[in-house]
Amino acid sequence: MAKTHVTMKVNGAEVEGLVEPRTLLVHFIRENLQLTGTHIGCETTHCGACTVDLNGMSVKSCTMFAVQAAGADILTIEGVANADGTLSALQEGFRMMHGLQCGFCTPGMIIRAQRLLQENPNPSEEEIRMGISGNICRCTGYQNIVRAIQYAAAKINGVEFQEAAE
Amino acid sequence: MIPGSFSYHRPTTVADAVKLLSTLGDDARALAGGHSLIPMMKLRLATPEHLVDLHGIDGLNAIRRDGNRIVIGAMTTQHQLLASDEIARSLPILHETALLIADPQVRYMGTIGGNVANGDPGNDMPALMMTLGASYQLEGPTGPREIAASEFYQGAYFTALEPGELLTSISIPVPAAGHGYAYEKLKRKVGDYATAAAAVILTMAGGKVASCAIGLTNLHETPLLATDAAQAVIGTSLDDATLKKAAAAAVAIMSPAADARGPVEYRKHVGGIMVTRALKRAAGRAG
Repeated sequence: MAKTHVTMKVNGAEVEGLVEPRTLLVHFIRENLQLTGTHIGCETTHCGACTVDLNGMSVKSCTMFAVQAAGADILTIEGVANADGTLSALQEGFRMMHGLQCGFCTPGMIIRAQRLLQENPNPSEEEIRMGISGNICRCTGYQNIVRAIQYAAAKINGVEFQEAAE
Repeated sequence: MIPGSFSYHRPTTVADAVKLLSTLGDDARALAGGHSLIPMMKLRLATPEHLVDLHGIDGLNAIRRDGNRIVIGAMTTQHQLLASDEIARSLPILHETALLIADPQVRYMGTIGGNVANGDPGNDMPALMMTLGASYQLEGPTGPREIAASEFYQGAYFTALEPGELLTSISIPVPAAGHGYAYEKLKRKVGDYATAAAAVILTMAGGKVASCAIGLTNLHETPLLATDAAQAVIGTSLDDATLKKAAAAAVAIMSPAADARGPVEYRKHVGGIMVTRALKRAAGRAG
């Protein structure tokens, strides 16, 4: 099958590559661009480990073709740290609140949570849980992931993070 | 899991898309949000030789009011439906239903046109469109035509779409002011298709049901309108005996497939419960 030349912007940099139409975006990101922070966890559009931000949307990069992303502006986990190399509020939140165990789902969680906080800077716990409902953590549960996102929301809003009363 | 090889086409007009679909015939599939089609392609359950991507066509994702109807472009995503003030105001049941489809990432990509045109009995929008009395605008090699949602579904994955035809928009009459509505969906987990679901639109007058429509999702190989059940509640105050009668009338027309969501009897049983819950909640919301 003839390959197509695609260009897109990934983490602020113009990138290009030759892809077959059937090449999934996640494979283009991982294999052509060598950005392996975006994970493949299920391949059936359920787990959210492959989530990237594309033109202002959280999308599962295992369920779209790289040719469809031609010209798109994409953010992956490699692009979320602050410009000076320090951790973003969400990355810091996941570290401080122990929002990860094995870490496999973490890139997708952070990318998804970043879009969620841009759309809703002060989400309730319920809104956070619904907001990350397309991302599966297979280690234990979501308690610390929710706290990590609450921590980041507080930091972004310039207020002190307060643990919800038990 | 990588799909089989195909050729990718990205037309910029509806006319070009129709021409491609007509010329390429059965080997071609239209690609909208892709969240039904691409997983099927990865499993090699679908192996189209050509994909006609509709994302290059301008103007297919607008939501507009046309008199007393809302017209929604086929490429409007579930996310856009959820973000629309017009939908929240005029068709709150559509907002409620879109929120129950899959998960946020899927809703950013999944389109209303793909949801209604795919013919999957598990999709939520078809039964809702029948309940609302919607109609579909189709564009084909011989020109445009319109078809009622209630006449569109002929079998599982089998619709009234002719070869080369494309669904371009959906036209929905705005329900009466003060109408009650509810979409009750039982599912195993977030993101799942319905084990059973029911849509209800009704109006009340003087404490009694004045008009009612009930639609059923994933309880037959096509979406269903539970006409007898709706008829049974009109003129009543939705007392327990009436609710039981309506649920029984709805259950009588269900013939779901047994699958991982449960055996036939269970799915019919909970289908009746969804009808009861949707009727009660809709009545509670009617002004």
